[in-house]
Amino acid sequence: MATAGLHDSELGELQRRLIILRVGLLLVVALLALRLWHLQIREGPYYRDLSENNRTRSVIMEPARGLIYDRNGVLLANNVPSFTLYVSLEDVKNRELLIEQLTNLLGLDEALVRKKLMARGSKQLPRKVKDRLSLREATLIESHRLDLPGVMVQVESQRNYPGGVTASHLLGYVGEVSPEQLEKPEFADLHQGSIVGQYGVEKFFDRLVRGQAGQKSIEVDALGHEKRTVVVEQAHAGDNLYLTIDVRLQKVAENLLGEESGAIVALDPRTGDVLAMASRPGFDPNVLSRELTPKQWAEIVQNEGRPLNNRASQGQYPPGSVFKVMMAAAALESNTVTPSTTIHCNGGYQFGRRLYHDWKAGGHGSVDLRRALIQSCDVYFYTVGQRMGIETMASFAHMFGLGEETGIELPSERIGIVPSSAWKQKAKNEPWLPGETISASIGQGYVNVTPLQMASLIGTVANDGVTFRPRLVRAVMDRATGALEERPAVPKRTLKLRPEILPLIKEALAGVVTEGTATRAKSALVTIAGKTGTAQTTALGKDKKAEKDIPKKFRDHAWFVAFAPVDAPTIAVAVLGEHMGHGGSASAPLAKVLIETYVKLNLPAPAAVPDGTVAREADAGGQDTR
Amino acid sequence: MIDRVINSRGFDNFDFRFIGLIFVILGVGVLSIYSVTHDQGVAFPFYAKQIVWILLGTVAFLVMWLSDYHRIARLAYPAYAIILILLAVVLFEGKSSRGAQRWIPMGPFAFQPSEFAKLVLIVTLAHYYSKAPRVGWLQRVVLPGLLVLPGLLLILKQPDLGSGLSFLAVYAAMLLMVGMRSKALGVILLFSLMLFPFAWEMMWGSLHDYQRQRIMAFVDPAYDPGGKGYHALQSRIAIGAGELTGKGLYGGTQSQLKFLPEGHTDFVFSVFAEEWGFLGVLALLILFVTLIWLSLEIVARARDQLGALLAVGIICMLCFCVVVNIGMTAGMFPIVGIPLPLMSYGGSATIMTMASLGLLLNVKRRRLSFF
Repeated sequence: MATAGLHDSELGELQRRLIILRVGLLLVVALLALRLWHLQIREGPYYRDLSENNRTRSVIMEPARGLIYDRNGVLLANNVPSFTLYVSLEDVKNRELLIEQLTNLLGLDEALVRKKLMARGSKQLPRKVKDRLSLREATLIESHRLDLPGVMVQVESQRNYPGGVTASHLLGYVGEVSPEQLEKPEFADLHQGSIVGQYGVEKFFDRLVRGQAGQKSIEVDALGHEKRTVVVEQAHAGDNLYLTIDVRLQKVAENLLGEESGAIVALDPRTGDVLAMASRPGFDPNVLSRELTPKQWAEIVQNEGRPLNNRASQGQYPPGSVFKVMMAAAALESNTVTPSTTIHCNGGYQFGRRLYHDWKAGGHGSVDLRRALIQSCDVYFYTVGQRMGIETMASFAHMFGLGEETGIELPSERIGIVPSSAWKQKAKNEPWLPGETISASIGQGYVNVTPLQMASLIGTVANDGVTFRPRLVRAVMDRATGALEERPAVPKRTLKLRPEILPLIKEALAGVVTEGTATRAKSALVTIAGKTGTAQTTALGKDKKAEKDIPKKFRDHAWFVAFAPVDAPTIAVAVLGEHMGHGGSASAPLAKVLIETYVKLNLPAPAAVPDGTVAREADAGGQDTR
Repeated sequence: MIDRVINSRGFDNFDFRFIGLIFVILGVGVLSIYSVTHDQGVAFPFYAKQIVWILLGTVAFLVMWLSDYHRIARLAYPAYAIILILLAVVLFEGKSSRGAQRWIPMGPFAFQPSEFAKLVLIVTLAHYYSKAPRVGWLQRVVLPGLLVLPGLLLILKQPDLGSGLSFLAVYAAMLLMVGMRSKALGVILLFSLMLFPFAWEMMWGSLHDYQRQRIMAFVDPAYDPGGKGYHALQSRIAIGAGELTGKGLYGGTQSQLKFLPEGHTDFVFSVFAEEWGFLGVLALLILFVTLIWLSLEIVARARDQLGALLAVGIICMLCFCVVVNIGMTAGMFPIVGIPLPLMSYGGSATIMTMASLGLLLNVKRRRLSFF
């Protein structure tokens, strides 16, 4: 310890300097404690929230949409399980990389994926990227799961229409709620990716059918793997709908139109029940309920046949001679003519400098109202219309429900046009011309109606003047309680006509089929009454070209309205064939087949189920109104 | 605080308290490691391995405690030479992990020379200062600096920022305690040491990519939660979410669900803080402060220069690691990869820390044996 002395002073110095370390240590530890106090106490709740969000992912449980049945309990729309691809943005580290991976893996459209991921909205909720994954695609995703953080494949119920194109316009289709829809209050409780009805009954009754989404909270680890699931709120399935249509009749109606464009509507005049409502060309709602690429969508929208147009409730056509049914009632009620008043028809009606032709070149000779209807004499109604005036005509047309919605429970029903001087002033800012009254009196000119309005009109006549609002949904079943709520038939209006008028018209309409323009609708099975119509589409005049020489798109629309049986009508039908030519030759036979089918279907059923394909459901039987 | 009752033969209460403290902290560490890794489902999970390291560390502790520290100090230069060689070997033969080459594989395990280099450096510097005539700047500052430099450069080359910083810290602490004549200078040195992490960006150009990213993460951890700032943010969330009383054992979702990376190593403090809350954290800080306070007592009672220097070096290294580790998990400093002494999982670090503490206690024992 030779140097101990020298070192002792140094040691003492060192030990005195320990105070620096002590003060420094306490200072630094105090700083640390302060920082930890700040993190854990002052900002603790904030970080606790963050940690909760870190570990839990909210997942929407889509509700199963309500099922849709026909009047006999045949399933028209159900749900099938399918794989849906979701991305939880919170777990995505590199969005660009993910977009590239998904594009490569599934062959998705890159722009589409990008749009889905970048769309505004909550970051907490997973984004739906693609639905209806094939099993192969779902497996592919699952096997690459480690490379795809935040990507989830969920099994969800997917809307399915077992009948394909059958009743497509009526049922409609579903689709993801659009950003524009989301802004609206009625979609307030929905979120990006929610499925809503976009057409038809699916849209009109969406609130009932939609159900209520549930929510589950999934605890995930840092790789997005599920650890535990807590259901926050159960999803509630939507209500089931029982439609009024008979799908067998519906199919017949659709097949009758075949490749032609047109519409067939069949109502039960006693209740307004829509028994069939066909519109051709149709679409496959299964395809439209899928996510379409912009190109596929454009193909459908730009299709010349406009398959998305429900011609029954949205197609507007001049009614042609079908209008004469209303005209006849108007003429009698307004005392323009009496049943015995005769008017001579020589094939034309001179008004001013213009000659208005009758469809029959030589004319019908002297005709009264009954014969005028049976023969569909134009000159008679030109005369009547001219005497009655456009305003009277318009007010009766409105009484028959023209120019207004029938009130069918389908979106975007069109109302057609009942022309009047006030209407023309408003719509065209032009005065009414007297000659236009003449065109209007045979349902030409500005007059426009929908096939549904025509069916309702003839139904009103058949039902002795009482109009029922067309009814599509017979009953709604609450899926939670199982309660079946019948929806009553709603009488809309009663025609104020003298009691002898409608029987007279009905008798004349029966004559149309037995001896008039619609003998092709004559049935051995049932008595049918009806009225033909041939609506001119262009001013070809009466050049009397052979019909087959005229290009299809310039040919007339063929109308036929009918009811049966004549003495106690149970079905009212309107058939419209676009550019199919004469109502008597083209449309009347279709109506006949449809009516006969209906009658056969409603014969007292033999003990065995007549049609093996009809699956009756125990709870669907209900009380048939047949 | 130190026990006045002198028992020259056996161990006194002080020793028991000191050793007791060490094992309490080790136990807390194992518990936290267990909490994070208990469901790993491997035959030999981390917490079990850590217990093995602690057993080996106990052996190292006993050896360092019961040998004569003067004899240990005499081995300083050769030991330092061997460490330098090992550090060089690491650069060429070592095992890489996350862009850094720090380990020498040894069977199923890997040996990290830079950890041991810290202790060897302390012994070397203490030995140097206790023997060399220390007059003038050259001998007080420059020569020891030259001693430190090769080790520091080799460590930074790996790169191992944390160990490099510890190296500098040990050197600075030694300078502060004996190298500098002026107290003012010493204070300046201390504060610059404390502020060092903040002056960090000056060295921007010399940093590796992942280091830059970590620093970027420090500047603004919220700006990219999925990317660079991930560690820092998740660690802060874990600590903050503990609130006053914590989420309880296994209740730390941040670590249990693997949001917090490295929960058993560098971020073990965050795991502890999430599960035990502010109260637990305070208790842990008190444990560490008490341990260091007891260690400072040893310095104060040190009988000779060498012992005091050894003790000071070890204390400073310990303090530095504890403060920087907790500071980085709490988002005060950049993430530099310094383990929390006695708590973080790691063989080399655990053994080295326990050896250091053995040597520290040795200083007290030797003092007693003088009489």
